[in-house]
Amino acid sequence: MAVWEPPPSGQTGRSSAVAQTHQAAGAVSSSVAATFSTMSARRLLVFGGIALIASGMLFGDIVAVFILHQNAGRTGAALLAAVQAVQARNPAAVKEAFGHMGEFLEDRGTKVDTHVHMIDAGYLALLLALIQPYVALSASRKKLLAKVLLTGGVLLPVGIFLIHYVGLAHSPFTAIGWASVLADSAGGLLIVALVGEGWGLWNYFRSRRVGTTEPELPQDHNWERRTLLAGGTVLVLLGFLHGAWYASVHLYEHENREMLILTAMLDQGSGHDISVASVNAYGGLQAEKAVEIAAHSHIIEFGLLAILLSFLQPYVFLNDRWKKRWIYLLLAGSAILPIFVLLELKIGLLAGGIADAGGLMVIVALMGMLVGVLRYSGRLDAEIGSAP
Amino acid sequence: MNGARKLLVFGGIALATLGMLYGLYYAVLVEHQTLDRMGGSLATAFTQAAGRRLPEARTSIDIYAATKFDYVRQVDVHSHWIGLAMLMIVLGVVFDDVALGERIRFGIALSLLIGSVIFPLGVILQTTDGGVLASALAIVGSALIIVALAAVAAGFARTST
Repeated sequence: MAVWEPPPSGQTGRSSAVAQTHQAAGAVSSSVAATFSTMSARRLLVFGGIALIASGMLFGDIVAVFILHQNAGRTGAALLAAVQAVQARNPAAVKEAFGHMGEFLEDRGTKVDTHVHMIDAGYLALLLALIQPYVALSASRKKLLAKVLLTGGVLLPVGIFLIHYVGLAHSPFTAIGWASVLADSAGGLLIVALVGEGWGLWNYFRSRRVGTTEPELPQDHNWERRTLLAGGTVLVLLGFLHGAWYASVHLYEHENREMLILTAMLDQGSGHDISVASVNAYGGLQAEKAVEIAAHSHIIEFGLLAILLSFLQPYVFLNDRWKKRWIYLLLAGSAILPIFVLLELKIGLLAGGIADAGGLMVIVALMGMLVGVLRYSGRLDAEIGSAP
Repeated sequence: MNGARKLLVFGGIALATLGMLYGLYYAVLVEHQTLDRMGGSLATAFTQAAGRRLPEARTSIDIYAATKFDYVRQVDVHSHWIGLAMLMIVLGVVFDDVALGERIRFGIALSLLIGSVIFPLGVILQTTDGGVLASALAIVGSALIIVALAAVAAGFARTST
């Protein structure tokens, strides 16, 4: 099912771009429109999915720049206090230092989890947008499920973010705060939505179709689709190769080194000169592990994102030149971020800044594509509204 | 839906279900105890060292190391099974875009499925004294996935004939 034919090779420039935009505009009223009807489940999932992913990435960039490094410094200071308490033979101070460390780790952990869960909820929304043709439920139920999923996708990271700040305040439970209740309830919404979608899939494959089924997504094998699919798969492949290399070369060495450093800290506490170097070594090891894991997970997630975005290109109502720009920007940012995260320990803050810029490139590309999808929807709705 | 796509989509759904069930089992029955043991043993080691009970402190550090070794792999297995399953489902949707012969595509899909099952399985067996078999499964599984992904990328990049 083709959306609109690609331009003849060699046709470039503004006139071509305008022609393509008009060509695309003409296609809005054709078969593709049927796959993206006004406020349909798929449209909600596409908009919501891209918005969640972009918001999650923006949040991650802000956390990386303003919070993670400061948090690591405070955690290191608490560890140093614990080591000094060991040397001073003060078990109560050890417990206090570990209490502080727990707070700092919770602060860091909830923020990283907010970032991850928001993006993953977005991925889930895009994935569900893809399978809508195979969900044999009525249009109104599919729309309801999409709303439930997106509500859960927004509230889950919000709840996780608030856990550190709300704590157990006004909670009737001994160990669970209101923010955890919000996060768990939002997780429940996601489960309800997924069970509903699963029920629709079950109906489809059992051929008990209810109401209308949507047409499949357009399957045109154009440049945009090929590039995002191949580029995304290469990114996933690189992430996998990096993970295999890390597991075989560094994983066991890091685990052994952590134990050696911890043992050295305790030995220093027994009477040797206490050394800030041990705490610094421990912090350095944690940083090494963090950059390796961040590079591995980010490059794979970006690869998956590129593959998912390949499906949405027919709905990106922009001329060919701008579509290509957003794709190049997305793939470049997807490679720059993990590469410079890895270089952070060698080059320092400069690499961190470049990595953050890579993340920003991905966000800008996503926003550009979202604008294209919004333009497509507006054009489609206007045509439907003006139809006799 | 052809054989390769079916294998990827339904294999992916089955693997995701397995990964989620494993995660649920671990979270409900094991994780809290593991985290308590991990954090508790580290804090205990420092407290014991402060009390100049170094042999006990070293034992606590050993407990911390063993618990962390297990925990990291348990979480990795859960996330890798689900992550690989999601990748298989997404690739299954567009697998017709892989511009290669039908038999090759089926072989790639089979490699992805087998690799995605046995690679995390090998990792988890490392926590149960799986020895050489565990490492072999992890290495063969990851090799299968790497080769399959390289073939998929090449297939996507090719223009269909």
